[in-house]
Amino acid sequence: MREIALHILDIVENSVKAKASLVEVIIEAKNNLLTVTIRDNGKGMDKEFLARVTDPFTTTRTTRKVGMGIPLLKQAAETAGGTFTITSELGKGTEVKASFVIDNIDRMPLGNVAETAVTVLNPEVDFVWVYTVEDRTFTFDTREVREELGEIPIDSPEIVTFLKSLLTENIESINGGINL
Amino acid sequence: MKSIADIKAIRDKMQAQIVNRDNKDAEQETRIVVGMATCGIAAGARPVFNELVDQVTSRGLTNVKVTRSGCLGMCKLEPIVEVFVPGEEKVTYVKVDAQKAKDIIARHIVGGQVCTDYLIGEE
Repeated sequence: MREIALHILDIVENSVKAKASLVEVIIEAKNNLLTVTIRDNGKGMDKEFLARVTDPFTTTRTTRKVGMGIPLLKQAAETAGGTFTITSELGKGTEVKASFVIDNIDRMPLGNVAETAVTVLNPEVDFVWVYTVEDRTFTFDTREVREELGEIPIDSPEIVTFLKSLLTENIESINGGINL
Repeated sequence: MKSIADIKAIRDKMQAQIVNRDNKDAEQETRIVVGMATCGIAAGARPVFNELVDQVTSRGLTNVKVTRSGCLGMCKLEPIVEVFVPGEEKVTYVKVDAQKAKDIIARHIVGGQVCTDYLIGEE
């Protein structure tokens, strides 16, 4: 992966596959630390599976025995001087948290968060994105969008294009010239 | 700066289109599916997905849905895009990038000609 935002996309896809109805993505850049938290209310994992989940040869798929998403994120965080944790409870959901030291030379760029956020839009799943840089925060809650849209699906191309431009503008404003 | 309230204008325009759309239109919907598992994402599926969506929007294509799927089982050929046009055989494009995505919309979805140079075996 070339961007942290691509890892986020990959982990959020896991949440959607785990039948989550609500996924929260919290991105916070503060005091030289970039922290990404992805929390869902999906089906969760039992303790035995959770203990093996950072092993690339562990997966829920039955077609093959390789699952690279979580191990790749763990490696990206630890390579950049950060940490990785995952907690989960069967029937309640999962939380993945990865941190990256911002000025670490091996940290990959955060990348295009707006593109990631619109790629995962789904009429059956609500998303809350909280984006913070130092003391500036922007929140994007798809429940508010769906309320405005009524029967129009949130993943309609016209809506996706509009939301991408809304997110890009707001994220750039929060960044305040900082290139994460 | 744009806000969620600005979505009302787009909603009103789309609502008028929905009223005019009947069940026959829904059956005629073309589906474009982008593989979005770890392999696809790492190979560049996200910009491909976004280019497809932007092209559908800018060309005003009302009966085309762009969606995602998991791993399609041919990781080394990602990004993979499948096109389902009603009444026609499924077409699978491999090693797609943003430029190819643009071509797929122009030549296949709008022009009705399969982009044979992007098919499996031609990569």
